[in-house]
Amino acid sequence: MTIGTYILVSLIKIVIALFVLLTGVAYTTLAERKVVARIQNRWGPSRVGPFGIWQPLADGLKFIFKEDITPPFVNKPLYLLAPILSLTVALTAIAVVPIGPWITVNGIHTPLQIADVNIGLLIILGLTSIGVYGIALSGWSSNSKYSMLGSLRATAQMVSYEIALGLSLVGVLILSGSFSLRDIVDAQAGTWLGFIPKWNIFRGQFVAFFIYIMAAYAETNRIPFDLAEAETELVAGYHTEYSSMKFAMFFMAEYANMFTVACLATVLFFGGWSGPVFGPAILQAFLPIFWFVLKVLAFIFIYIWVRGTLPRFRYDQLMAFGWKFLLPLAIANIIVTSLVVALQ
Amino acid sequence: MHLALFIIFGAVCIGAAINLLVQKHPINSALSLIVVMGSLALLYLLLGAEFVAAVQVIVYAGAVMVLFVFVIMLLNAGEEERTPHGSRVAIMLGVPGLIVGLGIGVYVVARYAGLDRIAIGGPAILNGTEGFGNPRAVAQLLFRDYLLPFEVTSILILIAILGAVVLARREE
Repeated sequence: MTIGTYILVSLIKIVIALFVLLTGVAYTTLAERKVVARIQNRWGPSRVGPFGIWQPLADGLKFIFKEDITPPFVNKPLYLLAPILSLTVALTAIAVVPIGPWITVNGIHTPLQIADVNIGLLIILGLTSIGVYGIALSGWSSNSKYSMLGSLRATAQMVSYEIALGLSLVGVLILSGSFSLRDIVDAQAGTWLGFIPKWNIFRGQFVAFFIYIMAAYAETNRIPFDLAEAETELVAGYHTEYSSMKFAMFFMAEYANMFTVACLATVLFFGGWSGPVFGPAILQAFLPIFWFVLKVLAFIFIYIWVRGTLPRFRYDQLMAFGWKFLLPLAIANIIVTSLVVALQ
Repeated sequence: MHLALFIIFGAVCIGAAINLLVQKHPINSALSLIVVMGSLALLYLLLGAEFVAAVQVIVYAGAVMVLFVFVIMLLNAGEEERTPHGSRVAIMLGVPGLIVGLGIGVYVVARYAGLDRIAIGGPAILNGTEGFGNPRAVAQLLFRDYLLPFEVTSILILIAILGAVVLARREE
């Protein structure tokens, strides 16, 4: 492949990935409102179009046309930088996520992934840790007590749970022997007895998966760990002083992070795009992507389900849970996994 | 391509480092330091050390600097006050000292490393072995060849943590 074709193919992939991701983000907000409404025995948005399917568009337009207020006494450069940083980092993470196998279109052989790097997992972890700054800076630069408290809570929480999150992935890394997300998926190909897939969750990473999913909920500041934006105590937390599109950027970043977490759970524990492939050639090309999207959407649904079900933690409970329960459990998981692999 | 990226990120790194010293507000200095860390990570990446680059971002830019920013936010540190004129002794000794130091550095590099051997372009040029900066190679160095020094270092860090806990603990 020449360098020109490579750049063109990469650009096409980036545009498609961004479009799909942003549409996904918009419709997750609708799905969330609908599902939570049903859980609470309400209807949810139903007026804009059939079943309210144009609601995200209406919300987007509203955000764009709202007055953009910059409060006085904010630290203006950092106040502007914070939402940009949050959203950029959240959207960048999708670049290393593989959504399907290699495909050949018009003689061009290319992976269904923007960048196939051999440290993909580390890049996502690095981007997550950079994303903390968006929240930390928004709270500090807003010059407001609620924002400040929210961002202090969020920063402490994200730094704490990042450790449990990172350690929960080590078991998977031991089993697959690579940081590349594509290699990790390839290592999970195949089945036992013809029907049990060799996904990492069935290869003994059951505990790791639950540590991961709990730490990930904390990382994305979602219920039951949404103390950073606890509306009963902190108005809205770190984005209290933001309005219009700047607020929307934080909102989009949160939902894009949900997608990253869901993609990562799919890739690391549920075999990525692996699933039964059958039928004619065109179906065989699309089924892996279908399985991947299905698994990701299932995780998004669980996110919403948890939000509609669980109450919020108290802050000391949150910290104790992360440091005294999840962290030792993650270390125990590493020891057991490496013992099993060493004895085999 | 490599050289262009090296020059760009090297310039960003030095610019941010100077900005770190010039800025009056501690949070701006901390953010400049993050930019320095980030561009250093990219320089590592250009040298073919992907793992070190990723760890640089995760540990230094991500974890250590978050704590810096956290402390600045918690203490609500304001702008530094500056004395109206810098110390005369510092200027008289510092500027020639800096020039001499740079000169010695350039001389050492040119004399012993050889300017022709300072090349940007990945691991193959550096020591002739492929993949020297990938996770596997780093792990083999840390956990096989230098296992004892590595573990001793971790105990050193543990002692530092315990010391911090003892110092920070309230008197009963």
